[in-house]
Amino acid sequence: MADKILKKLNIKVWRQKNAADKGRFETYTIENISTGSSFLEMLDILNNQLIIDGKDPIAFDHDCREGICGTCSLYINGRAHGPDTEVTTCQLHMRKFKDGETITIEPWRAKAFPVIKDLVVDRTAFDKILQAGGFISVNTGGVPDANAIPIAYDDAEESMDAAACIGCGACVAACKNSSAMLFVSAKVSHLAKLPQGKVEAKDRARNMIAKMDELGFGGCTNTGACEVECPKSISISNIARLNREYLKARFSE
Amino acid sequence: MSKFLTASIGRKFIMSISGLFLVVFIAVHLTVNLFLIFDDSGELFNLAANFMATNPAVKIMEPLLGLGFLVHILWSFFIEYENWRARPVKYDKKNTGISSSWASRNMLILGALVLVFLVVHIIHFFWVIKFNPEAMSTVVVGGEHMEDTYKLVADLFKSSVAYDIFYIFGGILLGIHLSHGFWSGFHTLGLSNKNWMSRLQIVGRIYAIVVAVGFSVIPLYFLIKF
Repeated sequence: MADKILKKLNIKVWRQKNAADKGRFETYTIENISTGSSFLEMLDILNNQLIIDGKDPIAFDHDCREGICGTCSLYINGRAHGPDTEVTTCQLHMRKFKDGETITIEPWRAKAFPVIKDLVVDRTAFDKILQAGGFISVNTGGVPDANAIPIAYDDAEESMDAAACIGCGACVAACKNSSAMLFVSAKVSHLAKLPQGKVEAKDRARNMIAKMDELGFGGCTNTGACEVECPKSISISNIARLNREYLKARFSE
Repeated sequence: MSKFLTASIGRKFIMSISGLFLVVFIAVHLTVNLFLIFDDSGELFNLAANFMATNPAVKIMEPLLGLGFLVHILWSFFIEYENWRARPVKYDKKNTGISSSWASRNMLILGALVLVFLVVHIIHFFWVIKFNPEAMSTVVVGGEHMEDTYKLVADLFKSSVAYDIFYIFGGILLGIHLSHGFWSGFHTLGLSNKNWMSRLQIVGRIYAIVVAVGFSVIPLYFLIKF
């Protein structure tokens, strides 16, 4: 069965020349978009049209286009990664939109994620948080026997669930406080649940939170919006663990 | 220590400790207040009020409670300001209703409205009892002279429908504030995990309903009965 065609769409999109530019919204009209095409394909078609018209194409981040890399962003119609759950923008399809609709596209908005151009934001803040403690630096020796370190099934599962974070930044974009707590909690949790990660747990929690605060992310008020908008459904129970890890570290000083 | 108090989690730690302390206070306050509707002669409530006014433990807790309120209120504005600064350019279109509850996003507004209620409430009762007891009549309960606190409350609620509605509204606002605040406090202290999160949310909601209904039912009782 052929996919339905959306005859006409209005695309209201944020245009900003560079980091110093103030930026503004511009609205474009696009015709005959298949509901089977992905959201980014729609933007590709729009960009083609802009190039033909002699205009500057819209800059947006994308890479793998299969929901793994965490490169694509976009705040679409008031939601991070658009009107679908457990998907990244590249996995969002045009069947989620209605004919004649005005689609508003904005970049992630946060002090720690400055806009570079149009819809592209600088997410190196996440890398800086990881560099502050999201790793294991103690020597763990050569490759051990598969069962040399026993790990409970539930711990392994929780660790893997937290490790599913792709660092896209939707949690920050969706949070009313632009807080990075879900991201940091996922990175702290996937190590905190495993014996190798426990060795440096205190320093990790302390340093990553200090870096998060320094970079200008907001604080967590437990609204839970991040979990809903997270393409990997990282649970906010990780945030409770991060709070626990951090308080433990501070009170043992 | 100062580093801890200004760190994002440290700030929230202060909020949740003071908030959960106020949660305990509200439970005590509601328990005493409910005597208002179980004895129309007012003896039971007067006895309870007199006990609260003269008990040494309560005397110690009173300034602590004031401090708890002060910290919770002042810190909330500080936190909200810091969080507001984290997003200098706001979104043009937001669709936040799908991903979070209204109460969780508007704790400051709810808190500020509760604060307005609190100020009026203190002027009505606490201020009179504490600093202007001459304005109150006295009553003898069980051979002991005491201030007629029951009359103070009952007179206010009987005097105008507006006061009753104001107090009903205050109770409901507090309930909505607690529907998010209760479990959020535990979550911030790290006293939660994937199992306990939903349990705390359920307990929090029940507590919020008990508080909202409990406080609203008192003016409602006077409104209907008298």
